[in-house]
Amino acid sequence: MGKTIIEKLIQLHSDEEVSAGNIVWMKLDIRTARDFGGPNVVKNLEKHYPDAELPDKENLFFTFDTVAPAKTIPYANNQQICRDFAHKNGLKVYDVDAGIGTHILMEKGFARPGRTLVGTDSHFNILGAVNAFGQGMGDQDIAFGFRTGKTWFEVPETIKINLKGAFSYPATGKDLVLFILKKIGSKGALGKCIEYFGECLQDLPFAEYITLCSMMTEMGGIVAFPEQNAQVTQWLKERTGEDQKFIVADEDAQYAQKNEIDVSGLPPQIACPPKPDNVKDVSELKGLKVGSVFVGSCTNGRIEDMRYLADILKDNHVAEGVMLRVVPATREVYGQMLQEGLIDIFFNAGAIVSNPGCGGCASGQIGMTGKGEVQISTSNRNFKGKQGDGETYLASPVTAALAALKGEL
Amino acid sequence: MQKDCTITGKIWLIIDHQNTLINDIDTDMIFHNQYLAITDIDKMGQYTFDNLEGWKDFVSKAEKGDIVIVGKNFGAGSSRQQAVDCFASLGIQAILAESFGAIYKRNAINSGMPILTITDIDLSELSQKEKITIDLEKGTVSNQYINIQPFSKVQFDIYKAGNLFTFGKKIIEK
Repeated sequence: MGKTIIEKLIQLHSDEEVSAGNIVWMKLDIRTARDFGGPNVVKNLEKHYPDAELPDKENLFFTFDTVAPAKTIPYANNQQICRDFAHKNGLKVYDVDAGIGTHILMEKGFARPGRTLVGTDSHFNILGAVNAFGQGMGDQDIAFGFRTGKTWFEVPETIKINLKGAFSYPATGKDLVLFILKKIGSKGALGKCIEYFGECLQDLPFAEYITLCSMMTEMGGIVAFPEQNAQVTQWLKERTGEDQKFIVADEDAQYAQKNEIDVSGLPPQIACPPKPDNVKDVSELKGLKVGSVFVGSCTNGRIEDMRYLADILKDNHVAEGVMLRVVPATREVYGQMLQEGLIDIFFNAGAIVSNPGCGGCASGQIGMTGKGEVQISTSNRNFKGKQGDGETYLASPVTAALAALKGEL
Repeated sequence: MQKDCTITGKIWLIIDHQNTLINDIDTDMIFHNQYLAITDIDKMGQYTFDNLEGWKDFVSKAEKGDIVIVGKNFGAGSSRQQAVDCFASLGIQAILAESFGAIYKRNAINSGMPILTITDIDLSELSQKEKITIDLEKGTVSNQYINIQPFSKVQFDIYKAGNLFTFGKKIIEK
């Protein structure tokens, strides 16, 4: 019987028979922890495996991205716990200056087709964009992975989704994933993988592959694998120095479901509070007054996202009373923004630009919303209270930029 | 550590105004990200459900040994272990849900917190604080109006061992 992508990928890391529904032990290529979860990974290791030698240390990292730099003493202490542990064990730390862990793994070429990578970040499945199996896990799971290099995993079933038709600007990868979320819902891929196919993927920039894969978490899913396109191939070649070929499913692979979603002429989409799958056409909310705008996060914090924003803000200023916050995903993106003059554009447009990291999503590092405040965010979650007491709408950088400029949708 | 295969306790049906089990309770509703700097399990319990509409007073009502019953996709969202540990901190014995978020499910299994998937439940026949007994291995409940799936093998192995770490000692030695 044929195998799906996830079955093949896990099989490369397991001695057991891998097929959907089986629980198998799987080797982990890269193990990481960040400042959320990381201190408890250390605590667990020290409690359960004191002074134990950790295997495969060159593939063990800490990445600080959620509260960067630490804004309270408890967070500062937590980061220092991780630093001290890393130092003692000779592990690399991507510190508070570096940016979002998953993005660094892609930039440095650690994430590549066929690899297994874990971290204490529920959007680790973003790495499906490069055909890698990224998985967010809790601190006990990660501590165990640090010590053993292995984890148990229930091999997920896969849904095959054919995206029919083509769409173009102003719709982007964010509008695509919000539309898919509207169609399948917050439990649409619960415990499952998705393999995406379709003509529209061929033209999608790599950054939008990241966007597409990142919101798998909001569908309840394990990891999404879009088919390989030329732009991802190019990125991987630059980052890994080699030609990389995606793992593809066998023709007779068994799927839990096969869906077709028609995306032809897709208009811009927006997720209304308080759920990411509460998605509407932006046009349905025309005139909605906006108080603040956040552009960044693991979902839309790449240079391509920043260029969308800059194209609209160039020689313009945000509307009176609107606060625009911009957070690059990584230091590399920050550097590109500087070089390309985007930071000038954002400054002149009246935006706040911060150092790289998770930005608005985690502990409101770049500010939270107050009761009654309407925020347009390019992030991935708008749950009640997640980014403050206000109302958060999820949209693309294009929609966010226009909202900042006009002060309304 | 030898653990019981049966659990007896009072139930909390986590319902909304329409008297239906709440779906999509995410980890920020269970244990909000403003408390994430807390790493001491004894301090976690007090914040359980403090961002869940209608249940913000759960901590003052719940007692050690209680069983929590929730809807679909429980624990969606982040990977924080605290969203499981806060229940352990309160002494909650088990969580029954119509389905669980994938990461949440792993976190609960790994820490030895009994979680069970409901296959069928008739809320009209159940009342708050009713006492039930669950057989984890067989997947049976003393009350006929709640039906659940039994533990999977790996879940039972980890539960019996105490947690992933004690269970994993065998794996390390392999």
